[in-house]
Amino acid sequence: MSRTTRRMTLATIAACALALALPAAAQDKGPLKTCFVYVSPISDAGWTHQHDIARIQMEKNLAGKVTTKYVENVPEGADAERVIRDLAQSGCKLIFTTSFGYMNPTLKVAKQFPNVDFEHATGYRTAKNVGIYNARFYEGRYLAGIVAGKMTKTNIAGYVAAFPIPEVVMGIDAFTRGMRSVNPKAVVKVVWTSSWFDPGRESEAANTLVAQGADVLTHHTDSTAVVQAAEAKHVYAVAYHSDMSKYGPDAQITAVTHVWDKYYTHVAQTVLDGTWKPDHVWGGIKDGMIKMGPFGKAVPQDVRDLEEKAEAEIAAGKLNPFTGPMKDNQGKLRLTAGQTITDDALSKMNYYVEGVEGTLPSGG
Amino acid sequence: MDTCAQLVILTLAAGTPLVFAALGELVVEKAGVLNLGVEGMMLTGAVASFIVTADTHSPWLGVGAGALAGAALSLVFAVIALTLLANQVATGLALSLFGVGLSAFVGRGYISVVIEGIKPLSIPGLSDAAIVGRLLFGHNPMVYLSLALFVAVQWFLHRTRTGLVLRAVGESPASAHAIGHRVIALRYAAVLFGGACAGLGGAYMAVAYTPSWAEGMTAGRGWIALALLVFATWKPWRVLAGAYLFGGVTLAQFQAQAAGVAIPSQLLAMLPYVATIVVLAIISRDATTIRLNAPASLGRPFHPE
Repeated sequence: MSRTTRRMTLATIAACALALALPAAAQDKGPLKTCFVYVSPISDAGWTHQHDIARIQMEKNLAGKVTTKYVENVPEGADAERVIRDLAQSGCKLIFTTSFGYMNPTLKVAKQFPNVDFEHATGYRTAKNVGIYNARFYEGRYLAGIVAGKMTKTNIAGYVAAFPIPEVVMGIDAFTRGMRSVNPKAVVKVVWTSSWFDPGRESEAANTLVAQGADVLTHHTDSTAVVQAAEAKHVYAVAYHSDMSKYGPDAQITAVTHVWDKYYTHVAQTVLDGTWKPDHVWGGIKDGMIKMGPFGKAVPQDVRDLEEKAEAEIAAGKLNPFTGPMKDNQGKLRLTAGQTITDDALSKMNYYVEGVEGTLPSGG
Repeated sequence: MDTCAQLVILTLAAGTPLVFAALGELVVEKAGVLNLGVEGMMLTGAVASFIVTADTHSPWLGVGAGALAGAALSLVFAVIALTLLANQVATGLALSLFGVGLSAFVGRGYISVVIEGIKPLSIPGLSDAAIVGRLLFGHNPMVYLSLALFVAVQWFLHRTRTGLVLRAVGESPASAHAIGHRVIALRYAAVLFGGACAGLGGAYMAVAYTPSWAEGMTAGRGWIALALLVFATWKPWRVLAGAYLFGGVTLAQFQAQAAGVAIPSQLLAMLPYVATIVVLAIISRDATTIRLNAPASLGRPFHPE
């Protein structure tokens, strides 16, 4: 290749790059193009399902002002980066990346597209145009624990969990504290499946827990298998992510569900107004990010009242599930009387509280 | 004692998908064909059985559809690998990937559907009375079906003339061909049978074990079935033992966790794999047995001259 042609090639590339960059800057009129990246297929229940119903609701709330687009079943890692970049290139002005593993891809792409705003769920790193958001799922767990503590006859609850990471551990601890706040004799048995999604295994774990005396089950895994197993074994269940009463009409006593529509509407509105700033949002019951599912038929009125009272107290900021005195299950005092846990300590939670049986696998 | 009976019932239930899939693949491999598409065929069987059950409300019709779907997918493999003589390993792997995708696509509209699955037997006075009664009559009907399949495969391979020919085809297709046996036709039949069995394994998951449909719901059991076969040195009763061992240890480690045994759960999660491999490797440690049982022409394409 001669010198001239090489220079010409370079000039052409530069011109192309300019041409690509220009429309992105000029296209500010019209509805806000909002895009979503989902880690799993949109199904009838579960993590992604909750994000998707929020997307649809947001579109309704801001009818005419936003358009949405999504890509489902995007593996975390290199594929995610490609998908996010494609979305940014195709004119998305606001992109929600809804899984923890999208953190680095999101940050990388965000750097290349300073005019696009990004919102990453459950991560911990922000940037000039990357905000993060998550929900205090543990508040819902605590409330579910109250219902479970009142409904159990054997005083044993079974918890099917995927991996011992702080997010899951704080759920187990909050659930246990909720149970014991109304039933000091209650204990929680935990079984780890080492997989987010394996209906067969989840159901085996659930059956094992029932065989060991648990009469209330809950789960931190992605399928509906635990609720179905509870229904088949005639025990109670607390569903997670979504309302699963369809799968366990008699079993489900309540559910901890994720509600993102208010937040998505709010973010899109601030972007439309030009007031959006990267933020670190960790909302809970108060912000409407978590809602308790419908009570099961079996739950009596006094238990419903009890739960609703606690829910109101959490919303009002008067009740924190992790308020001292709080011991871990080895007897070590973790919070002194009246002390509430810090967000930092929560996000690193690596111990079981009093009432959980066994030792945490990570050794905490 | 009651928990004991319960444990046995749960163990058989957990091992059954592996029994179906591994016994089917056993016949395939005994005929000298290596079909690595088990996972894909299981999922296809699972989704087909679920859809038919959801639409007709007859889980047994669903089970039949699952077997047919598994066989249909294996036919694709047979055409490519046996007639067109493509590499069996590559074709099988492709079949698995294809089956995973196909089942996910076909099942899109059925994720939310709730079905009435096949329930464990409950014969008044038998299934609920004494422990023996529960052990004999308390299983899911499909568990009995898998046991019947085991008896049939054992009998077919070792007691029938066709079984003998099938094994000969797996050892030396050229010799079998030379004395007038139809190698390719027999291999086709074996592959279709294997596909139907894998489909049954998937159907068991979708309409009996955890009645629901979700993408990738077999979660790798097809691969475990393939490995089981190697460690069981292609012997039906060892396949059965291995499958129940795997199911049993999976449950045992859950039991240990629920009982609060202080062993890291990550270590316990490995246990079913380690235990199955170790036990089967010990039973099958004799090199001669392995040599005698492994089909000599496994995975090699055969082209009748």
